[in-house]
Amino acid sequence: MSGPHANPATDTLLRIDNLSAGYGAFQVLFDVSLEVKAGESVAVIGPNGAGKTTLLRAISKLIEPTAGQLHMAGQRYDGRPAHEVISLGIAQVPEGRRLFPRLTVEDNLRMGAFLPAARAHFAQRLEMVYALFPRMKERRAQLAGTMSGGEQQMCAIGRALMSGPRLLLLDEPSAGLAPVVVQSIFEVVRKMSAEGYTVLIVEQNIQQVLKVVDRGYLLETGRIHASGASADLLANDSVRRAYLGV
Amino acid sequence: MASIFDIFFLEAVLNGLLLGGLLALLSLGLNLIFGVIDVVWICYAELIMVGMYAIWWLHTQQGWPLWMAMPTCVLFVGALGAAMHQFVIKPVLAAEPINQLLVTGGVLFLLQAVTTMAFGVEFRNLGVRIPGFAVGEMSLSGARMVAFVAAMLAIAGAYLFLNRTFMGTAIRAISQDRAIMPLMGVNPSRVYLITSAIGGGLAGLAACLLVLQYDVHPAIGLSFGPITFLICVLGGLGNLIGGFVAAFVFAQFISVGGFFLQLEWGYVLAFAFFMATMFWKPEGLLSKRRKA
Repeated sequence: MSGPHANPATDTLLRIDNLSAGYGAFQVLFDVSLEVKAGESVAVIGPNGAGKTTLLRAISKLIEPTAGQLHMAGQRYDGRPAHEVISLGIAQVPEGRRLFPRLTVEDNLRMGAFLPAARAHFAQRLEMVYALFPRMKERRAQLAGTMSGGEQQMCAIGRALMSGPRLLLLDEPSAGLAPVVVQSIFEVVRKMSAEGYTVLIVEQNIQQVLKVVDRGYLLETGRIHASGASADLLANDSVRRAYLGV
Repeated sequence: MASIFDIFFLEAVLNGLLLGGLLALLSLGLNLIFGVIDVVWICYAELIMVGMYAIWWLHTQQGWPLWMAMPTCVLFVGALGAAMHQFVIKPVLAAEPINQLLVTGGVLFLLQAVTTMAFGVEFRNLGVRIPGFAVGEMSLSGARMVAFVAAMLAIAGAYLFLNRTFMGTAIRAISQDRAIMPLMGVNPSRVYLITSAIGGGLAGLAACLLVLQYDVHPAIGLSFGPITFLICVLGGLGNLIGGFVAAFVFAQFISVGGFFLQLEWGYVLAFAFFMATMFWKPEGLLSKRRKA
């Protein structure tokens, strides 16, 4: 499998400037700025309710930001509708996986390649996903809703890869999975960033996610409170006290 | 005597089969729209009626040959289906189901009134006769045979479209999780519009097949609209395969029941079977799997 090998982390892929967003009158994100460089893997960590999922929903335009700007590869896109975001190269694995339960695994993967530009690569990317997750090849004709949580997560990641994204957004991929399955999901994340995928991952599982990403941002009550290299965040006193229980 | 009885019985079964194919086509479009958009077009049979008038008008009044009038009808009713979604359904998508139903009921009366004003209440005949044929002592209607074959081809085409294409997959996916569709690059409004156009096109095709068999008048929708709706419910609303099976079951009740008793009794038996099924399996003959 060949990931989209980018230049060494120099050019900014995703840039978020002073983003605010929420649901109706309920504001969740306050003035959030962050960036992800090509080839990097970055985590947004924080407790439940900090606004991590809202952040990813805003990046994919599933909710409309109330202030701030979104840029992908230098191109401002916050005025575009949600269904056009994936054509900029941003694919999201949503919270709770959100597979189509009564479609087969292969039909779910087909949905990931819906974009006209992706259809031409359908057969080739299907092989790539099956090489990454051999289990999916075995289950290709099975209804997605009948698989285990870990298998569904693999299918959801595979579906996002089918569009050939430049940036992969992962929303709590470890949520609700058995510890041993969580291990293998993080192994997949590590493998993808090693192959050159650019990944932005949102996680509560702080200790494990910081072992597989380059950098992290700490999001608390809708604001970025700290950021830095993974090792630094792991060593950060407030992070250790609040989240690692040491 | 027994052999004649058997041959007429067989004829009834065959006629039921032919009728079943046509009913399966009628229910497919309505069922597809309900399964995807979750709105019942009570006026679906009136779209077919408008299509029948379109063919009659183009052929007998404008002198178009049928091979031009019929494809035009399919496109025209397909466009009508898209317009139906855009201007009638879309504004009430978030409304209560009863309001959505009443709006499509309003379209039913609107279409009846408009066609009455345009064409009057007379029964209009296309003036085309497709010769029937005899198999042994059985006589089968040519128009019904044509309708059966065309309906089966259309259903097979729809099946392939839904299962083998990206848009078809999106049409099956959207009812399972509409909110997530933009992450796939799918514009849900566009999928709804395309589905409505396909549903309309299927109604246009049904109009082509019905106008070969029946005279058209403004109230003709009432003679097969309710049956179409009952078949969809019998198969489980939105369940395309269930609707397909139910169409053939229902047609056999009408045809074979009508053979043993009288034609009207065939309908009575079919509706009695429908009601019994609703008590026994309220979600349809092949109950649709519940959401996980």
